[in-house]
Amino acid sequence: METQFSGILTGILAFPFVAAIIILFIDKEQKEVIRTIAAFATGASLILAALVFFTYDTEAARTANAGLIDSGSGLLTFQFVDKVTWIKELGVSYQLGVDGLAAPMVLLTGLASFAGVMISWGIEDRVREFMAFFLLLVAGVYGVFLSTDIFLLLFFYELAIFPMYFLIAGWGWVELREYASMKLTLYILIGSVIALVGILVLYFEAGSFFTENPDLLPATSESAYSFDFNHIQYAAQQGAFDDPQYLGLGKEVTVATFWFPFIFLGFAVLAGIFPFHNWSPDGHVAAPTAVSMIHAGVLMKLGALTAIRLGVQLLPDGARVHLPWIIFLALVNVVYGAFIAFRQRDFKYVIGFSSVSHMGLVSLGVATMNTTGMTGAGLQMFSHGVMTALFFACVGMVYDRAHTRDIPSLGGFIKKMPLVAIAFIIGGLVSMGMPGLSGFVAEFPIFVGVWRGIPELIWNNENHPEWATSLTSGGANYYGLIGIAAALGIILTAAYVLRVVGQVFFGEFDEEKFPDIPPIRIQDRVAIYMLTAWLIVLGVYPKLMSDMIESAVQPVVGLLTGSK
Amino acid sequence: MPELMQFNTDDTRGFLAILPEILMTILVLIVIYMDLFLPPSRRKSVGYMAGVGMLVIGGLAWLIVPADGLKVSEQLVLGGMVRSDDLAKIFKVMVALVGGLTCLMGMGDIRLRYKGEFYALIIIATMGASLLSSAADLVMVFISLETLSISLYVLSGFVRRPETPNPTEEAFASRSAESGMKYFLFGAFTSAFLLYGLSLLYGFSGGHTNIYRIGQALAAGEQDTAPIILALMMVVVGFGFKISVVPFHFWTPDVYEGAPTPVTSFISVVSKAASFAVLTRFLLAVFPPEQLISVPLDQYKEFSEIWVQLFSILAVITMTLGNIVALSQRNIKRLIAYSSIAQAGYTLMGVAAIATTKSGDGAAAVAYYMFMYVFTNTLFFACIILFTNATGSETIADMAGLSRRNPWLAMGITIALLSLAGIPPTAGFVGKFLLFRAAVDSGLTWLAVFGVLNAIIGLYYYLVVIKVIYVDRSPDDEKPIDLPAPYGFVMATSTVAVVLLGTFLIGPIVNWASEAGLDLFRL
Repeated sequence: METQFSGILTGILAFPFVAAIIILFIDKEQKEVIRTIAAFATGASLILAALVFFTYDTEAARTANAGLIDSGSGLLTFQFVDKVTWIKELGVSYQLGVDGLAAPMVLLTGLASFAGVMISWGIEDRVREFMAFFLLLVAGVYGVFLSTDIFLLLFFYELAIFPMYFLIAGWGWVELREYASMKLTLYILIGSVIALVGILVLYFEAGSFFTENPDLLPATSESAYSFDFNHIQYAAQQGAFDDPQYLGLGKEVTVATFWFPFIFLGFAVLAGIFPFHNWSPDGHVAAPTAVSMIHAGVLMKLGALTAIRLGVQLLPDGARVHLPWIIFLALVNVVYGAFIAFRQRDFKYVIGFSSVSHMGLVSLGVATMNTTGMTGAGLQMFSHGVMTALFFACVGMVYDRAHTRDIPSLGGFIKKMPLVAIAFIIGGLVSMGMPGLSGFVAEFPIFVGVWRGIPELIWNNENHPEWATSLTSGGANYYGLIGIAAALGIILTAAYVLRVVGQVFFGEFDEEKFPDIPPIRIQDRVAIYMLTAWLIVLGVYPKLMSDMIESAVQPVVGLLTGSK
Repeated sequence: MPELMQFNTDDTRGFLAILPEILMTILVLIVIYMDLFLPPSRRKSVGYMAGVGMLVIGGLAWLIVPADGLKVSEQLVLGGMVRSDDLAKIFKVMVALVGGLTCLMGMGDIRLRYKGEFYALIIIATMGASLLSSAADLVMVFISLETLSISLYVLSGFVRRPETPNPTEEAFASRSAESGMKYFLFGAFTSAFLLYGLSLLYGFSGGHTNIYRIGQALAAGEQDTAPIILALMMVVVGFGFKISVVPFHFWTPDVYEGAPTPVTSFISVVSKAASFAVLTRFLLAVFPPEQLISVPLDQYKEFSEIWVQLFSILAVITMTLGNIVALSQRNIKRLIAYSSIAQAGYTLMGVAAIATTKSGDGAAAVAYYMFMYVFTNTLFFACIILFTNATGSETIADMAGLSRRNPWLAMGITIALLSLAGIPPTAGFVGKFLLFRAAVDSGLTWLAVFGVLNAIIGLYYYLVVIKVIYVDRSPDDEKPIDLPAPYGFVMATSTVAVVLLGTFLIGPIVNWASEAGLDLFRL
């Protein structure tokens, strides 16, 4: 295999990793040194991530993926590739690269992790261990977004989960942390290991397919068995997963249609898809502030992106069969999540359930299977990530000072913490989908996408008339109704956001109950400014990101509608 | 009758094949001599001699290149007694290194520290394990297995009553004696089964003792099937006891709890690893799958399907029972005993997969899993000894606050437990991945699903221990625990090994394990 190495992505990955190891060897009393190293490492990664985001060549990506976009055949081109053979026997290589979906996510990780370190400046208990685990978590998250080898991706995926456990169990909210951390870990790992079995099946099916048809082997692959993302995707295009009668389950059942739900939902657990969302609000609430930010802001996107990568992109045939019913799960997410959020008394639970609701919009966008909806989903991942990180930062700051999160007993905090209040209100407007802010540019395309429904190429494909019939029983396109129902979720969102803003930040401030409100640290300010700026910039100038995401979504839609 | 398989008569090859064992025998003599003649003030060097000596032998065993013939007959040396191949090599290196680490670990245990016999017995047991992993003859299998077992019976009951009355020490001594006796009775019983099974195989094959000859003779199909399956079952009982397969696991928790901790560590790794080595070799040689049968007849008998099913079922039962019972344990040594049963269950998935994977993936997965498992468990037990020395307790609840008392110790236990749970970047992730891969490859996807679900149950109780260490507080939080030199070395070595095996060394070791797996699939 040819070795390629540009080193930028490896750098993004290496800073937090190396810093985590260095921190372990520093005396535990040197807290300020430890924090500075953590800030430096996440900051350096953020700069590199921004470099990747701003120099990503969208036009080149479109040209390179023209085959995939037009006819759904070809290899996906990644940029900034680092590629070295790792385990030859298994066909595993250390392979990093970004496409238009991953690049914004990498930037998001950089923002949330740097802001997270800033927000955690006040932690005094075992700072060394906290920062080491936090950096390990960040490295794991980066790893998942950057991996283009499936083994490597799974490696980082599991690597990202267990620091979560430590951070929540060790530094979380005392009353809930043991329960919540264990629940979170078990939910996510059950999903991912079942998906892992599915991935292994794909690996062997692809391997035996290429062993029988060595002339079809893509030029980039050395052996028939490989965990390279493109290798397995190419096998899917060539029909390696299409044999009917898989496991003797009937002629409709193929490898693709059998394993798609397991792989897609297995990863979507981490994106909080209904009915597997239950770990998420508890996890958000129990986690310390910085971890909530990474958790809701980035980790849930890990699930969403992996579900798109390994679910939809590897198994488009399965996606066509299953996404039309999975869209109902997404709808439940949106509406039910918003409704539950409305009913919460605990400030942090409101945000926790709002994440469930907003991540439902991501799943909704993916399930539309058209470019508009999926672009919206990609934008929503970024927008929600920044927004929710900001939310949790604000909630954390209020809680640190008020020592309660009970909404009715709070009030008037805008007088004491104007910056936090304004940031929270901006976040709230984003969450409601206010035009001019990033939430609108993300949610609007999703609803348009849902309204447009399943693309013509799937509905009326001359080569595949069975696609239309397999989608619905009555032949009716119910996506419009779904769009209307999901829009109700937005109304509920407005209701709960306004309620929280009104009761927490406005109203009378009780001087007796909260006698001492210390000022906000400079580090907190940095985090707030940084996150808020992105919400506004993206709202005003969405082209910054939408083109890039669209260029990555088109190949996926190409795979879904392609007429092999 | 098919033509008889010939053996390699090159004496240098034969000598090299058992050179590690020869060196271990010499080391035993040196250790005993030092123990007898050194003044008590310099007894400490006995432990260093044994430990470092074994590590050096492990290194040498790695340097010796096995007879690289493409044919089994060229690798069978010393009259067919042993087979010198990559599988034997990987297991020899593994047991010698871990034997050395165990000796160093024993230096920190107050009850074992100054007893030369302890080191001598560990080395003898390791020698038995080392021979077992290359044994290719019924006689050799049995002799090396007994060399290993009898040393372990003695070691389990090693703690003696103190000369001055001391209730704590007396309790330790009686627990140890009980565990030694239990281990011996169970062991002798199952050895009898094994021996009977081996003698039946000798008879059915028409008087062969070399396992490869037996395999070809049985495949020729001149015997009834039923008695051969009976012999297979008896052999499974014998090996199943050593690797604590359910339902032959009852001794495990009691022996693990009662034996001195370094011995527990040794039993849980060396004896298990060598038994897995001989099990894979034995099954493929004596009951070969289709592609390993060289009989040029149209009619041959094939027993591999039977034992593939048998081991699939045993794997599911073993891992499920081990994991579920482990959930309710309060004593850390009993917890790890049940966990080791579960781990044996995972490894059995690899054993079930060896017959059907053409590329030797199954055997490679077993070899890799054992390679990482021995270091992981050694690390874990090294930490546990330190913890019990400091607190005098083996209860999980007493581990509270450990991360504040000694962060390195806490991290050692955490890395070991994460590796057992199969979380990257530790070696356990790759180990489990290879086992699941082998299972899926051989069409046992359902077995892999059972495996991953069990891995989640396992994760739960490992995380509970980690939670106690990192989250719970205890009144002793402020009392630091010291890290004495030999432990520091054992812990550092095995931690580095566990992490490297999960990251940078995956490539070379998987390569090696695959070579080992391929070797088993040569005719």
